[in-house]
Amino acid sequence: MGDSAYSFSLTTFSRTGKLLQIEYALNAVANGRTSLGICAKDGVVIATDKKLSSSLVDLDQVSKIQKINEGSGFVYSGLGPDYRVLVRKARKSAQSYHLQYREHKPVSQLVKSTASVMQEYTQSGGVRPFGVSLLVAGIDADANKTPRLYQVDPSGAYFAWKATAVGKNYINAKNFLEKRYQDDMELEDAIHTALLTLREGFEGEMTKDNIEVGIVSQTDGKFRVLTPDQIQDYLDETS
Amino acid sequence: MSILEYNGAAIIAMSGKNCVGIACDKRLGAQAQTVSCDFRKVFQYNKTFVGLAGLATDVQTMSSLLKFRKSLYELREEREMSPKVLSNLLSNLLYEKRFGPYFIEPVVAGLDENNEPFLSGMDLIGAPVYTDDFVVTGTATANMYGMCETLYKKDMEPEELFETLSQALLASVDRDALSGWGATVHIVTKDGIITRELKARQD
Repeated sequence: MGDSAYSFSLTTFSRTGKLLQIEYALNAVANGRTSLGICAKDGVVIATDKKLSSSLVDLDQVSKIQKINEGSGFVYSGLGPDYRVLVRKARKSAQSYHLQYREHKPVSQLVKSTASVMQEYTQSGGVRPFGVSLLVAGIDADANKTPRLYQVDPSGAYFAWKATAVGKNYINAKNFLEKRYQDDMELEDAIHTALLTLREGFEGEMTKDNIEVGIVSQTDGKFRVLTPDQIQDYLDETS
Repeated sequence: MSILEYNGAAIIAMSGKNCVGIACDKRLGAQAQTVSCDFRKVFQYNKTFVGLAGLATDVQTMSSLLKFRKSLYELREEREMSPKVLSNLLSNLLYEKRFGPYFIEPVVAGLDENNEPFLSGMDLIGAPVYTDDFVVTGTATANMYGMCETLYKKDMEPEELFETLSQALLASVDRDALSGWGATVHIVTKDGIITRELKARQD
């Protein structure tokens, strides 16, 4: 990273004050498959469309939603390989934290350190920004165990959301969510709403095998990815 | 003489009913000579107290290092460090110097988020032990173990805990040349911390 020939940053300011590499990275994200998240009062749900270019692709080997530590999970829109690097770094950072403090790294801290890594790649020699926006779900370490949903962008900026979407069609998805979102929503309702929102922008038929759903509930604070059978139960309820 | 006995110290921490107490002597010596009768060995980090016995320079360095780490944690995480986390952090900091250790043997005492007592002690390279009754460290540990084992009862109220802790420490340091010259006792309850200075034999 940044050997002598490339010790200057490739992300430089334009005359208008923009960092074009980051703008282009956001374009890469907007071309990616839709991902969304909803923060309920007793948990968080994240979901994504994992349809790929050909029906010959073995879909159950594709895993976009990843657990980072006991209490947090990621999903993304954008470049898969870039995402996998971030997941690896986040998992290592969460384990280092646990080694130091013997406590699980809180989701807010995980977001800060991941965002910090993404920012580094906009200001280091010889590297390009990550072409992903992450959605991070977890239960906070505060006294109320507040459920949290964060979005982290290629620039390293992060935002906490009540509900949001990234990737293709994100504007329509966010409008849909804005209409349906309620502050006192429960996790079960949030999962249904997430599935309905995904279905809105879905090309073709949405089945248990071409989407992925991850949830974390306030009751046990553990992040888990739903199995296709569990997704089927929810799909049956929504139709 | 061992490096851990160069300056002299005696620290006891005990648990009571929804409270903890920690007491230390105040002597700082250079082997046989007494240099100060006012040397603090117990440091406060919110509701957690850390008692550091051993080489005085390392006592001071480690107390500063812990303050540094605790402050950063509170700023980043926007919450207080619980005693268990502080104890694990300390254990890690000590093991990082496994082959050139800090010459201190700490004890950690505090109340956690649910106001339950927490006690731990560790050796100079960070091996922790967690107990629910008492932990001791310093140059008079043999005396202190004897006194604590005899005087300790479960679920003491703060006032009784203070008496027990004080008697245990005073009797222990009286038979140890390297510790004594007064004592400080802190009792931590959910309502606050009471600190008392003990008048003791000045020898």
